Amino acid sequence: MQYIVTYIGTIFRALNSLRKGMKLTGYYFTHHKQIVTQQYPENRKEMFIGERFRGEVVLTHDANNEHRCTGCTACEIACPNGTIKILYKNVVDTETGKKKKAIDEFVYHLGMCTFCNLCIIACPTDAIVMSHDFEHSTYDRKPLNKILNKPGSKLMKGVED
Amino acid sequence: MLYDFSILTSKIHNWLFAHCSPFWTMMFEFIMVGVCVLGICVLLALIFVYMERKVAAFMQIRLGPNRVGPKGIFQAVADVLKLVLKEGFSPRTSDKFLFNLAPFIVMTVAMLVLAPIPFAKGLQMYDINIGVFYISAVSSISVIGILMAGWASNSKYSLLGAMRSGAQIVSYELSAGLSIIVIVALAGSMSMNDIVESQRTGWWIFKGHIPALIAFVIFIIAGTAELNRAPFDMAEAESELTAGFHTEYTGMRFAMFFMAEYVNMFTVCAIGATLFLGGWMPFHVSNFEGFNHIMDFVPPIVWFFGKTFFLIFVIMWFRWTFPRLRIDQLLTLEWKYLMPISLVNMILVALIVIMGWHF
Repeated sequence: MQYIVTYIGTIFRALNSLRKGMKLTGYYFTHHKQIVTQQYPENRKEMFIGERFRGEVVLTHDANNEHRCTGCTACEIACPNGTIKILYKNVVDTETGKKKKAIDEFVYHLGMCTFCNLCIIACPTDAIVMSHDFEHSTYDRKPLNKILNKPGSKLMKGVED
Repeated sequence: MLYDFSILTSKIHNWLFAHCSPFWTMMFEFIMVGVCVLGICVLLALIFVYMERKVAAFMQIRLGPNRVGPKGIFQAVADVLKLVLKEGFSPRTSDKFLFNLAPFIVMTVAMLVLAPIPFAKGLQMYDINIGVFYISAVSSISVIGILMAGWASNSKYSLLGAMRSGAQIVSYELSAGLSIIVIVALAGSMSMNDIVESQRTGWWIFKGHIPALIAFVIFIIAGTAELNRAPFDMAEAESELTAGFHTEYTGMRFAMFFMAEYVNMFTVCAIGATLFLGGWMPFHVSNFEGFNHIMDFVPPIVWFFGKTFFLIFVIMWFRWTFPRLRIDQLLTLEWKYLMPISLVNMILVALIVIMGWHF
């Protein structure tokens, strides 16, 4: 007797749970104004991109064309597939007159980047960030090998202290 | 009677009979029906592919295909074009003859089952007096095609998928058959035309009390299982068997399996609509003469396709709501729940018919 009660109870509970699921999808079907997908090429202007989206690595420059990269190569070491290469040059400090190393070219091979974010985590001075720009396709490989520091840029004061 | 197709068909028959010998009359009629069936199959597959993708999209708060043509209506055409242009590849170690034969068997069965379905008044390919029995007998042949495809592919995924499909279709055939018997008992005939005619005063789902409703629910569940569609898509089971019995198929042969699946879906829903929802009979409420008269003006073919598409929508709704069952859960559902319930249900209906309690 107990078995029959549980048996019939199972059937009704199963039907009820199925009804719940179908109610939700039925609600979505009848209310298809709240579409979550974005119509990409049409909505380029008002496109929503999440805060944590990883487009490409950029070296931030301020208005005086100064960046925060000391050339410590933490990002180059952190990168799992050799995307980043930092080349040096010797500069003379205008105040103290000492010679010291500074970055010449921050080479970034976008074609090899997997957007793993490890370089940004490794950076001790928060010099590099991930931008939201994602339209990278080209017909040639050359434009993908980027030099991130702008010509004539130099290290921001106080970063190394 | 409005909208009677038998006038048109008998006109064509008489014209042919007057101009050719009986043999050639029959031949021409065969060819005409064959062309119609092929056309229906292709058209239905195109419509269903588009409908499926749109329904799925809306249920998941997406937009679905919207690039090819206005609102993406030519997406299915583009898909078919792609499949036609693809290479028909067969694996080196496969059994070539059976491998190439299997899709044709599955497709042929899907087309054969369409024969006794009355699409509208007088629009029926083959008025056979055991129509329902014919359908349940012929539709089982598709298992052979599926097993053949699985075995001939010489791949473990295909074989496992085919075996599962076999177990599933053989089990669920029982409860589908038993729920069909409920309506056969109520209507007192196996002919599809007689069953439709017996619902002139009201559809069986309303006239047959609770047992007809139970039979309808069981029929829809068993029908979904026989179609190998989610939540019963054990035969395909993308996450475990890549694509089941049609893993090794490409191009047009894959398209034939695909088309057969959609034609079968149409057939199951058409049978469900004919047996439980009155086929092409309009919706009538007794004692509302004016209302009934308005309903009569809607052509029967619209009623038939409306009901069928409603059931197809329900089956798509299942697919995009429920997760897939495990194989043991699948067999438990059939042998421990659907089958005993439909047996008890059948006895109840027998009682109702004998005592004359139905309307």
